[in-house]
Amino acid sequence: MALDLTKEKGVALDAQEDFTWRDMVREPISKLNDDAFTRLRIILMNGLEMEANRFQHAFARMNAPMRADLARVRRIETHQQVLVNWLLPADQSPLETTIAYEQVAIEVTASLARLEPDPYIAQVLRFGLLEDFDHLYRYSALLDRLEGKDANAILQSYTDVLPGRPTVVEHRYPTDDLREPYDRTTAAPITKLVSLTILAGEQQTLNYYQNIGPLFSDPVARLLYAEIAHIEEQHVTQYEAIIDPNETWMEKWLLHECTEVWNYLACMEQESNARLKAIWERMVAYELGHLNHVMDLFRRVENRDPFEIIPTSLPERIKYMSHRDDVRQVLKNEVHLRSVGTQFVPVGQVPPDSPSIAYNRQINSAGSPSQTVAAGYVYTPGTELVKKAA
Amino acid sequence: MKEPTDIGMNRTGIGTSPLDSKELIEAAEATVPSAEGDESGIAGLRMSYISESGILGTMPPPSTVKGAVKSVLDGLSAKNPAVFLDKLAERLQFERTGTRMYESVIAKFDALGGFDGGPSRETLLEFHDEELRHFHVLRSALESMGADPTALTPSADIAAVEASGLVQVLNDPRTTLPQSLHALLVAELADTEGWDMLIELATSLGHEAMADDFRDAMRAEEKHLAHVRQWVANHVMQDAEGTMEQAA
Repeated sequence: MALDLTKEKGVALDAQEDFTWRDMVREPISKLNDDAFTRLRIILMNGLEMEANRFQHAFARMNAPMRADLARVRRIETHQQVLVNWLLPADQSPLETTIAYEQVAIEVTASLARLEPDPYIAQVLRFGLLEDFDHLYRYSALLDRLEGKDANAILQSYTDVLPGRPTVVEHRYPTDDLREPYDRTTAAPITKLVSLTILAGEQQTLNYYQNIGPLFSDPVARLLYAEIAHIEEQHVTQYEAIIDPNETWMEKWLLHECTEVWNYLACMEQESNARLKAIWERMVAYELGHLNHVMDLFRRVENRDPFEIIPTSLPERIKYMSHRDDVRQVLKNEVHLRSVGTQFVPVGQVPPDSPSIAYNRQINSAGSPSQTVAAGYVYTPGTELVKKAA
Repeated sequence: MKEPTDIGMNRTGIGTSPLDSKELIEAAEATVPSAEGDESGIAGLRMSYISESGILGTMPPPSTVKGAVKSVLDGLSAKNPAVFLDKLAERLQFERTGTRMYESVIAKFDALGGFDGGPSRETLLEFHDEELRHFHVLRSALESMGADPTALTPSADIAAVEASGLVQVLNDPRTTLPQSLHALLVAELADTEGWDMLIELATSLGHEAMADDFRDAMRAEEKHLAHVRQWVANHVMQDAEGTMEQAA
């Protein structure tokens, strides 16, 4: 669906103040019957709304004249976030939801890496992908061994459950998580949309693990969440580093709204659940309203044409589909890579005095939860108990 | 190590802080609620959502030719095979979680040791193995009917939600062996009920061989229940007697 951003006005901001509690809190999806990608879209869009909220708060803290506009838009983003995130069902345990978060991190990142034209940024995405791929394997082992459940009830066979770059080696010194930013003046528009999307997704994953880790009584689960939440922090560091820090606040706001339109549109176009499709349609119209509001502000505040920053029509969308072959290929070719500063090198080329080596040794010196939880674990349909004789 | 029934610094009761609680109570008594009414408004909201909501999910379509044929044949005889498959899958999920539950209890036993009148490690291991065996019995039953034993059916999903509190109690490193056994008692009570229902269903649907297998499982579950119940009771009584002696 072509969407001309120079013409599409969406729903005006005033008309968006039509939410009620009942409107926001709707019947959730079915954990059993809805397609896994419906669940993934909810999780990613919750992350984007969370990012919209956090970004707009940071903006407001640093820019007094923009506070009123930010407050108005932000309140609607908050309504949207509730409407979207509350679509997750309560019979989906926190650990099962975690499995779905990792599936987002695999399938969405794989799609973004395919869309990304800048080879370095695509490499950054694939680097993160292999780490999240490993997290899925570790959490699947935990789900099997703690709750006696099969992760595939959530994954629906779209995603492999295999070791990736082992979580135990992912712990790096903070500066080895920094990356080179794209150049705001030369980067393709899709690079900016891709970068914000992955940042939003990973940041929400960090938030989620940091919040739910203590809900588990099992020390193994608490340890594993602590460990993987740290990698998500590293990923947030990585993905925020690829964004040009010289973008102005207003440029960033424009890009945020454009990224939301682009993402909701992808949801709308690919949604299989008619009830959710209607929600995504409404969200596209509302985000177009936000985008137009911010474009007007941009013209006034920066005295520039917003289409110097955002594209007039939206680029190719995220594909909500299995990327099994892509992921296997990346696993085969790139699992041995490590980062040294902002660059990726084969593990054999990491200098012996790398700060990440010392960091990793220290943080794992009392044991590695991710190794313990998955020791000997091989994914088996119906859980590994199927292979254990009674 | 302190026992949970030792007197300590539990602060949760209103009586912990007589001065502060007096203030709290007086202020509350002087309160005029911001909205008139009672709990019926909550019930009204729930009823509204209940009437507008769909269901958690449904059964999967048959995944094998055998299952599809069986589904058609049973349909001709006006039986709904999905009901039986759903209950089989519910038990399967419960036995699988049950196996993991016994692993948690054994870890607790290994860390803390047992008590007089409590379980031996061998008995816990024996029960663990029986839960695992029952899981295999159910898997075979589902496969023999052409069903996919990995499918999470609605009843299996609910059984997992029901068990989630038990899993939390069992895996908390701060719960004692007797506290874990109490959680296990809840599990075993539900389990024996579940097997009872399955035997009845299998018999009424003419699955006699299956019903025989289930009776074997039921006997084992009744043994589990009797033992766990006794262990819990033994500990409570000993603990109470100990406390009474101390009090005297």
